[in-house]
Amino acid sequence: TQSTWDFDMLRSALSRASSQQARRVGASRDASTLVYIDHDGKNVLPATRSAITAAAQLGGDITALVAGSGATDVVAAAGKLPGVTRVLFANGDAFNGQLPEAIAPVIEQAQKQFKFSHIFAPASAAGKNVLPRVAAKLDVAMFSEIVGIQSEDTFVRNVYAGNAIQTVKSKDPVKVATVRGTAFQKCAIEGGSGKAENIAGGASTSSEFVKQELVKSERPALEAASIVVCGGRALKSKENFDILFKLADTMKGAVGATRAAVDAGYATNDMQIGQTGKIIAPTLYVGFGVSGAIQHLAGMKDSKVIVVVNKDPDAPFFQVADYGIVGDLFKVVPEMQAALEKK
Amino acid sequence: MRILVPVKRVVDYAVKIRINPQRNGIETKNVKMSMNPFCEIATEEAVKLRESGVVKEIIAVSIGPKETVQTLHTALAMGADRAIHVETDVPTDLQLQPLAVSKILQKIVEREKPDMVIMGKQSIDSDSNQTGQLLAGLLDWPQATFASKVAVQADAKAVQVTREVDGGAQIIEVPVPCLISADLRLNTPRFATLPNIMKAKKKPTQTIKLADLGVDVAPRLKVLQVEDPPTRKAGSKVDSVEQLYDKLKNEAKVL
Repeated sequence: TQSTWDFDMLRSALSRASSQQARRVGASRDASTLVYIDHDGKNVLPATRSAITAAAQLGGDITALVAGSGATDVVAAAGKLPGVTRVLFANGDAFNGQLPEAIAPVIEQAQKQFKFSHIFAPASAAGKNVLPRVAAKLDVAMFSEIVGIQSEDTFVRNVYAGNAIQTVKSKDPVKVATVRGTAFQKCAIEGGSGKAENIAGGASTSSEFVKQELVKSERPALEAASIVVCGGRALKSKENFDILFKLADTMKGAVGATRAAVDAGYATNDMQIGQTGKIIAPTLYVGFGVSGAIQHLAGMKDSKVIVVVNKDPDAPFFQVADYGIVGDLFKVVPEMQAALEKK
Repeated sequence: MRILVPVKRVVDYAVKIRINPQRNGIETKNVKMSMNPFCEIATEEAVKLRESGVVKEIIAVSIGPKETVQTLHTALAMGADRAIHVETDVPTDLQLQPLAVSKILQKIVEREKPDMVIMGKQSIDSDSNQTGQLLAGLLDWPQATFASKVAVQADAKAVQVTREVDGGAQIIEVPVPCLISADLRLNTPRFATLPNIMKAKKKPTQTIKLADLGVDVAPRLKVLQVEDPPTRKAGSKVDSVEQLYDKLKNEAKVL
């Protein structure tokens, strides 16, 4: 029927728009891209693989840069990423905590030596912290969180919480950009044969990394999960979030939260989805007791399927929902739990 | 300690924005403007630090048209001591870009010699999240971005900052002078009381014309076009969890 055809057309259009595969843009033999590798000491973090896909769209060489103390596993993994022909490794304790004061000079030096046409980083906390400092040192503009590449000097990004999309062009000699993880498919983990090279750097800086307090979880990372269950302030307590964790576990998904829920202490800050929190685009997003503020939408509106459960039939969130249930989340969640467990 | 707090006048966070007829920017005429929420948090942190005794002077600075003094007035009413208005009619949302702003602020830092710059991590119009990091790079100062807690050491020579990062929190210690960018949960900004709003009128505000600073502010990124995001097709309400499960499994095929 016509309506089924429309639904499929829309879904595939949204799929194309929101997640780009590796494809050549204006394949340029002159392009040579440095990709900053975000890592945890052992692994290349997932959003970095989206940055690699973005770099691949430019054509040309891809050089990975790893800064870390003894991060040889990361260097090995980076060398295997498709398209990577070289891995620059800056080894030293100065890079603990990925301090930008230590890393920016390394990238600046690499740029002097190799004269890259493009410098990319994932738009992760580390990438967003480090890359602008690099741009200042190189006196060039930086594109924040690109979601599309039109040509080697023209990129697409969101403004006003994703309520407008701008296409911007740079004439600077090197194009510096952070790459939104949800906008580019994560590259494969094998295929590249980048040779590792040590690069100098790591002079100690005046900043000191003291420690990190990361939330330990067995669940999939929010940014990478294909199913995300999200709770708003209507959950009313930290303990009540347990029903969402249980539901997510049954669905093999991750749990996110709105800013209001995090501010109220019901969820930890790493769970916040929104304009200034995590940007996600899972296959399925289910919001419980979330009203749908602009700032929250900015973080999840590229989800393929959106389900909204809210007691208030006038909640703005229903306007972007593919499926909506007007109901009490404390009744709906157990019902969903039971339905999923039965099947 | 002297703190410089850059603040930005932006379209109010609750306004539904519209793209201009030329399709190269956002309509801001007759639209409600407010201080960027992250800038309010930065101002509040400076005032709290002053209330704890470490800070002697708070200077607020903002760049924009003459209406920008209203934003500076808010900062003064919250507790800043004096304000600097860098006057320009270049649209500050998408045309006066982060690199230019950081160079302007660098000039102000050179003039005012603060011990700390505390600013919002991003403005909700351009959503760049760059200016703090750029300024720190230009000044070669340590940067403590996405701050959720700021603790100035007793000797006021260093600051311990808790930062919100992807997996939780990171704690770093940076010497003064330093740059801090404020994240959402650093504090809850106060409402200015009426007496403070009245007092703010008497606090000094200096106006500098942007051209007099001798900074190259031409936009490096040319905005080719601004367009609406793709609209989603309207969905449907379902009556039961059973029906939802069926749709998710058989229609949307996501389960």
